[in-house]
Amino acid sequence: MSHVKTDHVIYKTDDLIASDIDAYLNVHQHKSLLRFITCGSVDDGKSTLIGRLLYDSKMIFEDQLATLQSDSKRMGTQGEDIDFALLVDGLAAEREQGITIDVAYRFFATEKRKFIVADCPGHEQYTRNMVTGASTADLAVILIDARKGVLVQTRRHSYLVKLLGIRNIVLAVNKMDLIDYDQATYDAIVTEYTAFAASIGIHDFTAMPISGFKGDNITERSVHMPWYMGQPLIAHLETVALDNDADQAKPLRMPVQWVNRPNLDFRGFSGQIATGIVRPGDAIRVLPSGKTSTISKIVTLDGELSKAVAGQSVTLCFTDEIDCSRGDVIAAADNPPEVSDQFESTIVWMADDPLIPGRAYWLKLGTQTVSATVQSPKFTVNVNNMEHMAAKTLELNAIGVAEILTDKPIVFEPYMNNHVLGGYILIDKISNATVAAGMLHFSLRRAQNVHWQATDIGREAHAALKNQKPKILWFTGLSGSGKSTIANEVEKTLHLLNRHTFLLDGDNIRHGLNKDLGFTETDRIENIRRVGEVAKLMADAGLIVLTAFISPFRAERDMVRAMMPEGEFVEIFVDTPLAVAEARDVKGLYKKARAGQLKNFTGIDSPYEPPEKPDIKVNTVEMSAAEAAEHIVRQLMPLK
Amino acid sequence: MTKSLTHLERLEAEAIHIMREVIADAEKPVMLYSVGKDSAVMLHLARKAFYPSSPPFPLLHIDTTWKFKAMYALREKAARDAGMELLVHQNPEATARGINPFDHGSLHTDMWKTEGLKQALDQHGFDVTFGGARRDEEKSRAKERIFSFRTATHIWDPKNQRPELWNLYNTRKAKAESIRVFPISNWTELDIWQYIHLENIEIVPLYFSAPRPTVTRDGMLLMVDDERFPLKDGEVPVERSIRFRTLGCYPLTGAVESHATTLPEIIQEMLLTTTSERQGRAIDHDQAASMEKKKQEGYF
Repeated sequence: MSHVKTDHVIYKTDDLIASDIDAYLNVHQHKSLLRFITCGSVDDGKSTLIGRLLYDSKMIFEDQLATLQSDSKRMGTQGEDIDFALLVDGLAAEREQGITIDVAYRFFATEKRKFIVADCPGHEQYTRNMVTGASTADLAVILIDARKGVLVQTRRHSYLVKLLGIRNIVLAVNKMDLIDYDQATYDAIVTEYTAFAASIGIHDFTAMPISGFKGDNITERSVHMPWYMGQPLIAHLETVALDNDADQAKPLRMPVQWVNRPNLDFRGFSGQIATGIVRPGDAIRVLPSGKTSTISKIVTLDGELSKAVAGQSVTLCFTDEIDCSRGDVIAAADNPPEVSDQFESTIVWMADDPLIPGRAYWLKLGTQTVSATVQSPKFTVNVNNMEHMAAKTLELNAIGVAEILTDKPIVFEPYMNNHVLGGYILIDKISNATVAAGMLHFSLRRAQNVHWQATDIGREAHAALKNQKPKILWFTGLSGSGKSTIANEVEKTLHLLNRHTFLLDGDNIRHGLNKDLGFTETDRIENIRRVGEVAKLMADAGLIVLTAFISPFRAERDMVRAMMPEGEFVEIFVDTPLAVAEARDVKGLYKKARAGQLKNFTGIDSPYEPPEKPDIKVNTVEMSAAEAAEHIVRQLMPLK
Repeated sequence: MTKSLTHLERLEAEAIHIMREVIADAEKPVMLYSVGKDSAVMLHLARKAFYPSSPPFPLLHIDTTWKFKAMYALREKAARDAGMELLVHQNPEATARGINPFDHGSLHTDMWKTEGLKQALDQHGFDVTFGGARRDEEKSRAKERIFSFRTATHIWDPKNQRPELWNLYNTRKAKAESIRVFPISNWTELDIWQYIHLENIEIVPLYFSAPRPTVTRDGMLLMVDDERFPLKDGEVPVERSIRFRTLGCYPLTGAVESHATTLPEIIQEMLLTTTSERQGRAIDHDQAASMEKKKQEGYF
C-alpha cells in the first residue's frame, strides 16, 4: 500500500531530509520539548485531535496506517474517511480487563519542537488520571464541542488544570465543521468560558476554533474561518513560552539525590536543578542545616561546566567540607527556601482506601522522605461546581484542603512558585501504594513560632538517678487476650526488682485523658497517638512504662516506635486466638458486639493487624498469665 | 541569561534523574544489557549519571546463544569501557533441551528470555532492574509507567501499579517484590538515533549497511549469521546490502535492504521510511496483543 498523503502541508520537510540530512539534523538537534495534556472526552473529539496531530506529523507508519484504514472501515465512525481516533484509542479492551490506565503518552515532533502528549482516557478515575497527566505538563488543551459549549466537565478540567498550576491554557473549540464554522457561536462560547475562568482564577488563556476531524486550524489557518485572526494550534504549541525557561529566572534550588564519592579525593552532590542557574564561585546554602559554602566546580562526563540551568542533571562540588546528603537542598545562599513541619495543603486522594486523619504516611517531596500525618480536611471541593463541602476524610478522587504535619522539618516552597519543592506524594506505610498527591500552600505560623525549649536536666539524667534504662513495654492484642492482666503481673515483678514503673491501661485512660474519644478508626488512632505521647513523656522522666491497649493498627504502633530512641520501644504481642478471647469474654463485650449493640469492635467488625515481628510474643493458650509475665521479664533482662 | 534546553538535553536529564533515584533506594540493582542501540544509550546515560564514579551496578545480558556474532563481540568491550561488571545468563534448561528459534517458535523466546530473565534475577537477588523499553515502540506501551512493580514471582499485576506524578517516583516495595525501571520511556526511535549520533556512542556494526548473506523467509529478510541456519533444499544465501533497525536473535530479526553506512544516512532512511520499527520483529506478530501477554508473564 502506498503512503497516503494528506491534502495539506505536513510538518516534516521531506525535501531537506532527502537533499541535506546533515542540515536537517542540525536543525532537529536544537529542538525544544513541550509537554502538554489534552482534556476532554472522546465525545469532544480528543482522540481524533491527538490522532490528527500524530498523523499530520507523520508519526504514523505504513503498516500502522494499513491497520488504521482497515479498522476505519470496520469499526470507524467516519464512513470512508480515516477515523483518527482509532490511532490512540485501543485502550477499551484494557479497561474491560480492569487494567488501570492513568495516562497514555504520545509523541510527535515538528520542525521546532518535540511534543509529549499526556492523554487521560475515560470518565471514571478522571480526577486521579488528569492530575497525574497534568503534573508534568507545560500546557493544557481544553477541548469543547462547539455544539455543546461549556459543560460541567469543562469546568472540572479547568479547575484541575488551575490546581496543578499549568500556566498555558488553550481553549480549543472543536467540531467547528459541524456548526458551519459559525463565528457567533464560537464567540458566545469564549465569552461564557472567560467569565467562568476568571471565577476560578484563570485570567489568561488562548482560544481557537478548530476541527480535529477536518484539520481546520491545526497546521494551517483554516480557509473556512477567515474571521479567526490567531495562530493555528501547532504554531501556538511551537512558540508558547516554556516553563523550563521561566524556572531558570528563579533562585537556585537543587534537591540532592546522591552523594558521589568515588574515592577519598572527590565528594560531589548529584541532583537535577529544580530552578535557577548555578556557576562555579556561587555562594550556596545547604538546607535544612543552613550551612554555607561556595561552588567549586560543576562536574559531568562531558567535562566541567561553566554554568548549569534548571532542568539539568549535574554533580556539584563545594569548596568546603560541609555536611550534605540525600534529601538536602542546595540553594542560593542569599535567597534560601523555607523549612517547616506544618503546612496547609491541597490533597488529591488516589487510593480506594480513604484517608485516615492522624495516621502516619510517608511523604515524598523532592528527594526528602519523611513521616507525615494529615488532619481532618477543612473542606473538600466538588470539582463539578467548585463548591466547598464539609468532610471528615478524603475518598478516592476527592480533593480537599487540610493541614499536614511532618515528623521533622522539610525544605519546601509554595507549589505555585516551585512544583519540585511544593508537590509531594503520600505513600501508605504498609502497602507501599501511592495514595495521594498534594500541593503545599504555606507553612502554618505555629510551626514558626513554637520552638523547642531546651531544659538542663535531660532524659539521661532522669534515668541515671533511677539507675535504669527507660522503656515502653507496649502490650497489643485482642480485647480479652489478657494484656492488662499480664502487664499487671509484669509491673509487680519489676516493682519487686526496685524498678520505677508506670502502667497505662486502655480502659483507665478512656476514663480521663481520652474520654472525648470513641471507637471509630480515626478516634482509635488519636487514642494511640495521645497514649504514645504520654508514654514518651514518662520514658523521658526515666520510667519503664507499660501500656495495655488493643492498638489494632500496625501503622500506629510503628508511629509510637518511631517516636522513641532505638531499642526503647518493646512491642509485646499477647497472642490469643479470637475464638479463645471471645469464649473468655470477661467484660461481656463480645456478646454485645455479636448482638450488634457495640460497633467497631476489634475482631468482629473492625480489623486487628497482628505485629509482623513483635519483640516479644506470649501465647496465652499454652501459658498462664504468671508464666507469660515471667517469660517477658526474662526477655527484658538486664534492665540497667 | 537563560539557556533553553533542547529536547535531547531534557530527555537525558530525566533519564539520569530516574537512575539516581533508583540507586538511592535500591538494595541490589542491575541494568539489562542486550547490546542493541537502546542498551547502548542506557549504558551511556548510566555512565553520565554517576560520573566520576562508575555506575554502581552490573550489566546483565540474558543470552539466548542465538544473537548475532557481532553483538557478542561488542558486549565485552562495552562493559570494559564503562568499568562495569558484565553478567551473562543462559537458561541451563534451554541449553539442555536445545531450544532454538527454528524448531520451537514462541517457546524459544519464552524459555531463553522470559524464563532466563527470571532465573537470573532470582539467582542474584536483584531487586531493581533497569530496562530500555520505550513508550513509542508499540501502541500498548504508550500507557506504561516508568516504574513497573512485580510480585515475588515476577508477575506484573496491572491493577497494582502506582500513579507517577511530577518527577516523584515511589520506590518503596515489600521484601521479595521487585521493580523494573525504564528511564528512556519518553524517547522515540528518532531521539535514540540522534543521541547516538550527537554523543558518538559505539553501536553494533549491523546497524550500518554492508553486503551480508541473506535468505527470505515468510516475507522477512534474514541474515545467515552462522552455520546453524538450516537452509532448505536448493536454498542458497544471497548477498544483499542490508542493515538492521533492531537487533535480537538473528533467526528472528528481519533486515532491511539499505545503503546507509553512516548515522546521518540511517536517520535519513528512518525519516523517509514508511514502516514502524517493530515490524522487523517476528515476536510481535506471533499473536494479537502479544506484547501485553509477554509482559504479564515477565518478559520486558
